[in-house]
Order: sequence, then structure tokens, then C-alpha cells
Amino acid sequence: MATVRFTRNIQRHVSCPTLDVAGGTLREVLENYFQTNGQARGYVLDDQGRLRQHMVIFVDGDQVHDRDNLSDPVATGSAIDVLQALSGG
Amino acid sequence: MSNRCLVATRKGLFTLDRGASKWSIGRVSFLGDNCTLVMHDPRNGELIATLNHGHFGIKMHRSRDGGETWSEIATPKYPEKPADYVPKGPPGSKPADWSLKLVWSLAPGGGDEPGVVWCGTLPGGLFKSENRGDSWELNRPLWDNPLREQWFGGGADHPGIHSICVDPRDARHVAIGVSCGGVWSTRDGGLTWQPPGRGMRAEYMPPEQQFEPNLQDPHIVVQCRANPEVLWVQHHNGIFKSTDAGASWNEITDVKPSAFGFVVAVHPQDANTAWFIPAVKDEKRYPMGGRVIVNRTRDGGKTFETLTRGLPQEHAYDLVFRHGLDVDETGNRLAFGSTTGSVWISEDGGDSWQTVSSNLPPVYAVRFEKAG
Repeated sequence: MATVRFTRNIQRHVSCPTLDVAGGTLREVLENYFQTNGQARGYVLDDQGRLRQHMVIFVDGDQVHDRDNLSDPVATGSAIDVLQALSGG
Repeated sequence: MSNRCLVATRKGLFTLDRGASKWSIGRVSFLGDNCTLVMHDPRNGELIATLNHGHFGIKMHRSRDGGETWSEIATPKYPEKPADYVPKGPPGSKPADWSLKLVWSLAPGGGDEPGVVWCGTLPGGLFKSENRGDSWELNRPLWDNPLREQWFGGGADHPGIHSICVDPRDARHVAIGVSCGGVWSTRDGGLTWQPPGRGMRAEYMPPEQQFEPNLQDPHIVVQCRANPEVLWVQHHNGIFKSTDAGASWNEITDVKPSAFGFVVAVHPQDANTAWFIPAVKDEKRYPMGGRVIVNRTRDGGKTFETLTRGLPQEHAYDLVFRHGLDVDETGNRLAFGSTTGSVWISEDGGDSWQTVSSNLPPVYAVRFEKAG
């Protein structure tokens, strides 16, 4: 199981509580998370299932390498942080 | 006549209400969020608002109580792009990304098809909902048409569908405006599509391409309710009119002070009456001489009169985007909103205007709530 934590800024649109989720890759972990929270999926991934352009995910502090396929490996006990940039006026 | 007007802005959705003597801002929804478009459905009174959250993507919300409460509904989603897909666009063109970039148009279906809503998007997909936005489906006949892959962005990075005109006599007849891809139409509810008719001219293209129908840049397309064969277009290049539902187009050139602009509204009962808001063409885009004016024709485009009463006539640099002008179901009330946050309303067909606000966020869309 990995722990998935979401940025505070997403919470005003869709509730994304921190959960422990199974999966050996980032894709598997996220898909398992979205199984129980389908609305959140479109806030993080685009139509083709890629990480949205201005979103970023860290696995144990390392920035995601494969933004399209999310094949980055996830270990038991990993912490996954889902964040976004805030910018503009 | 309409006593309520919705204004979608960079920082929320504002509701304007007609009081005893004047218009004023009533409710504010989604304050702080980028509300790019709003649709009122005269069949059931529902509202659909589109928000662009940037990082989090584009979302749609629906209200059944006039904007008091909202709930998120489905957003159009492009299908998974086949791994072996071979682009059919011209050599050197960049294939479309099968991912929603912007919701650029929303239109209720016909009176005999409750629940149908059309949605035009960047990068060029037309979506249809049959359940008031609970789910959306990409129109594949248009998306799979090889000519669609010749479309290109006009000002935006992607081509997009900004206009949807549903024929009030027959809802299977739908015309759409594409930047850049001309005006397409269907007579069978989207099963088959007719490519754009001839007559539009794109001055910015090489000479041999200027009249190519599929690369024209209509900025907005509007249809007369009482005479749906008549379409008016404010084009990148000027003003065009069709009297055969888009099969052919005539350019209207004698327009002072400018034929450039983004908006047109047509009188719902009189196809010869239309309003425009001209600007300096086309690389500068600000009101000619710093004066906000409205151009009105009442004779089908033979002549235009310039309307200024109540509008700022010095150092005004308000630009009006393509969804920023609307006319109500009587043809008497008009409203428009600008990039610098001004909103004006007329109750006499444009003869005079009252300022509702000069301090709103940049305005993207203005829509009256209309009777069905």
C-alpha cells in the first residue's frame, strides 16, 4: 500500500482525502484511488489519461518521470503527493 | 422580454437583473474562478456554466434554480486516441491532441428534443448530450472527416467550434462555426456533414487559398430565428451573410468605420437587422479612435448606422469578444461586455445604452435568459 496525498487547493473543487492505496506503479495506484473517487480523476489526468500539464506528482519526494503513462514504480509504504502550480492573476 | 442577463467573466459568473428603473448586478457565482461560458436553456430554465480551472482542467456546472445552487456535471471528454492512428492532416501540420482544451460554445437542442445540448470545443470536437449534460458524446462523423484535420487555430493554438445554430424549424439542421474551418452544417442531426459553402474570403492567406471554404475564420455565426436560412457572420476578414443556410456567402464591404470585429447579433424576427461592434483590424484590435460604438443595419447590410448614445466616446479601449454580445427574444434588448470589464445594456434596439458596470473582470460571454 502507498499513501496518496492531494494538494489542499484541489479540495475546494472535489474532496480528496489521504488514503492508503494498493499498486505497483503510479498508474495502478492512481486508478485504484479513482475507483472510489471518479470525480477526482478529471482534475488530475487529461482525456488521454496523462498527467495534466500543470500538475505534478512526487513519489517519495522524486518528481514523476513518466507523465504520460505513469509507469513510475511505487513501493510498499511510498508516499505519493499530487500537487499543482498556482500562478497568474 | 428578458429581465435577466448572465455575464461570464475571468473571475466568476454575474447575474444582471432589471429592477424598477435600471439594471444592476444581482447574484455572483463562482467568484474567483474563470467562468468562460454560460448557457441558459429556454426549454427548462436550466443554466450550464463552464469553468476553466487551468491546472485542474475544464469543468461544467448546472443549476436548476436560476443560479442559486450549482452541481458539477460531466465534461466533454475526447475518446482514447488509437495507438495506430495515422493523422490525415496536410504535410507539416500538427495533429490535434485528443484532449479538451476549451469549451467554446453551448447550445440547447430543439424544442422537440428535451435534454439535447450541443457543445463545441477546442481542439475541434463537437459533442452532444442527450441528458442535459450528465454525459457527452463526441460527434464522430465530423471528427473522423478528413477535412476536419485541415482546420487550424486562428489566434488559439488549436482549431475550435465557437458557434452552434440549431434550426428552430427542424433541430436536425445544425450549423457550426469553426476557427479556422468555415461554417459546416448537418441536415440529419450530425450523421452527415456538409463542408462550408463558397463565398468567404480570407485576405490573410496566399492568393490561391483565399477563397478556400475550409480554412475561413468566422469569428461568430448567428441565425435569425424567424428566418433560419439567414446566417450572419463576423469574420476575421469582414462581414458575410448567407440567405441559403450557409450554402453560399456574400461579403459586405462598405462598412464604416471598420468591418473587423468579433461579434454579431441578429434580430430574432427581422433577418435584415443585425448589430456589430467594430474594431481596428486586425493585428491591433481596439475600438477605432478609442470610441465604443455599435453598428446596426436594418436593410440586410446595404447601409449601417453608428450608435453611440450612452457609450464612452474617448479613450475607451474596450474590446468585445465573440460571445460578448446578445439580443433578447424581442429584439429590443441588447447587452454587451468588454475585455476591460464594462457591461452596457440597451432597451431600444441599440439607440441608447446604459452602463451596468465599468469594473467587472474581463467579460467572456453575455447571455440573456430568454423565453422558449
